[in-house]
Amino acid sequence: MNSLKSQGFAPVVSDRKKDGSEWTVKEKIMLGLSPKEYMAVQLRNPFNWVLWAIYAIGLPILVGRFIFGLGWVTHSSYDYPWGLFLGWGLFVMVPLSASGFMMGTTVELFGRKDFKSIERLGLLNGLLGYLFAVVFLQVDLGQPWRLIYPMFVSLGPAAVLFLVAWHVATYLSCQVAELVPAFSEWMGFPKAKKFIKSIVLGLTIAGIILSTLHQGALGALFTYAPGKVHPLWFSSPFQWFHFFVSAVFAGLSMLIVVSTLTKWFMRWRCDENYLNNLSKLTLGLAKGASLALITYLVIKIIGIAHDNDWQYLATGWGGWFMFEMVVGVILPLIVFTMAVRNSNASLARFGAFLAVFGLALNRLNTALITFNWQLYQEIPHWREVVIVITVYATYIVVYRAVLARMPILYTWKETK
Amino acid sequence: MKMLNRRSFLKGGLAGGAAIAAVGTSKQAGAAGQSFGGYPDSMGVLVDLTKCVGCRTCEAACNKEQGLESPDKPFDDLSVFEEKREGGLPRRTTEKAYTVVQKYEVEGREHPLFRKVQCNHCNEPACLTSCFVNAYKKTPEGAVMYDPTVCVGCRTCMIACPFYIPAYSYSSAINPVVKKCIMCYDTRLKFGRPPACVEACPQEVMTFGKRKDLLKLAHQRIGQNPEAYVDHVYGETEVGGTAWMYLSDVPFDKIGYDTHLGDQPIISYVKEFLAIVPMVLTIWPALFTGFYLLSNRKDALKNEDNKS
Repeated sequence: MNSLKSQGFAPVVSDRKKDGSEWTVKEKIMLGLSPKEYMAVQLRNPFNWVLWAIYAIGLPILVGRFIFGLGWVTHSSYDYPWGLFLGWGLFVMVPLSASGFMMGTTVELFGRKDFKSIERLGLLNGLLGYLFAVVFLQVDLGQPWRLIYPMFVSLGPAAVLFLVAWHVATYLSCQVAELVPAFSEWMGFPKAKKFIKSIVLGLTIAGIILSTLHQGALGALFTYAPGKVHPLWFSSPFQWFHFFVSAVFAGLSMLIVVSTLTKWFMRWRCDENYLNNLSKLTLGLAKGASLALITYLVIKIIGIAHDNDWQYLATGWGGWFMFEMVVGVILPLIVFTMAVRNSNASLARFGAFLAVFGLALNRLNTALITFNWQLYQEIPHWREVVIVITVYATYIVVYRAVLARMPILYTWKETK
Repeated sequence: MKMLNRRSFLKGGLAGGAAIAAVGTSKQAGAAGQSFGGYPDSMGVLVDLTKCVGCRTCEAACNKEQGLESPDKPFDDLSVFEEKREGGLPRRTTEKAYTVVQKYEVEGREHPLFRKVQCNHCNEPACLTSCFVNAYKKTPEGAVMYDPTVCVGCRTCMIACPFYIPAYSYSSAINPVVKKCIMCYDTRLKFGRPPACVEACPQEVMTFGKRKDLLKLAHQRIGQNPEAYVDHVYGETEVGGTAWMYLSDVPFDKIGYDTHLGDQPIISYVKEFLAIVPMVLTIWPALFTGFYLLSNRKDALKNEDNKS
């Protein structure tokens, strides 16, 4: 598409074509290309070839999971009831999607209108991350068709997972509402946008409350297993706070990562306003992320001191912990600081990749790697890995499809 | 029938939470969280490990009583004791076996020690408190029950159980459920009768009775024969106390028992988070609306100037 644009192709940016006639929905879905051109573009893209290969292997296995049961795709471990589906799909995806409430807060609540051009990307990153966390959950649940049981059939309100279920559900609707303006512009329903604008402060504050609690609650889930998670990754009074604060820098860093990818691979869809502001905003996000990182680092140390876990630092697990802290927390903190000082956005992008890696490592360490540290190490079944890759590929496909169409990376030109 | 449900736990949780908010230290919160010590007349089982000879009669009785699938090896096949599961660990409870006997070779002991494993039926079960569809119930008789008709299959109970007891029928695609010992509640305990395994044991390893009487009996046995036992009743205080309790002549940590579980029920570790929930829900809206007004004060002032 990038090359197409350099040849003079102009993507859809408003209700009307150049000659003044209106785009039909079908034409908008085809990106303003003819069906033939559209197919040609899809076939030419080497990334799509990779996706087809993933689907060719992954889809049959995903279907098989629902026909033959979880036992066919996992090791059916009684000792490790949670595997990669939740370890990656829930515990890594959700904090990386914290960008939604972060950007809502920055723009709508703190009045930082200068972040407006990246706000919608932040919101979309949040919405899709949560949506696919639910998809991963549905793959993992023994009886996914009972997903609404905790809502309406049999309620266990004192359980942490009850809070997670309700909050993720409400927050998903909240995020859908926050993205209605983008959708209404694209579809041409101006009324919906107006309505959301009138309640945006309420939505934003609801987003902060729900995010604080469910990001924390994901950490608190592990307080049910105080002896199973390695003490360096576990602290019952601080667990929720560790998870919440790390979600803050993770969400911001993920937004930097995603915006970098759009700048590289979807440049044709970005408008001048977005591209020109991106470096400055990247540094702004890096600044926010570095504040969250230093907070996280300090409370991590306080957590160790509070529980008196110092002796573990000298063990093998301690080395692994130090690796996570140095590469995933301290290094991005230094890189972000240098980037902000020297106004070097590329450096900030490198720091963001590190911080995202650090967050993913932390969650996988807590949920899988150091879980049952006194028993043995569970290595996920290959089919489990294939399903995770397949669902994640779908996340990327949907993400790309929305970015290519709705006014996320560009500003919609009102013609009426 | 009166059953303890999640709501009573919630009350305890909130009371504990309020205590944390007031004193702000985790230690005192733990003490305040001790709101439920179990039903006063609940039943239990005292297992005297010194008497067990590893005949697996209890396993067979359990299999029959619960109508479970026949195992691959018959119950008189003692080679199962040498089987190791992943990580070189001894056999554990599965979806096909709600109770298993493990064998431990202990240095300096004439015979190997056999240990019977099944659900310990905690006073404040972690599985129950972690379940978001309220599938678990602790009956006044002491059994921890599970309702497969509401279970979603999130398996948090398996994460939460400090004894690694609940198993899951992963092989079923249509109706996978948690499988665990229910102390023969619906066929026996409800009518005041001991569980099948207890009754079947030829060595009288297990004693069925009121938990409080069993505790007295356990300490009496240790007192009368201090040479024959280590001075600890496993399950008296562990994770808030369990209905099944154990006597041994070998230190418990040498025969696979986790001796670092602490005396607090698992829910007490979670209360620190539960306590912040109402605070975030009530304080955040006002706080952040305040931030909004503060950060937009310049615009607001400008608007007012324009009006006047």
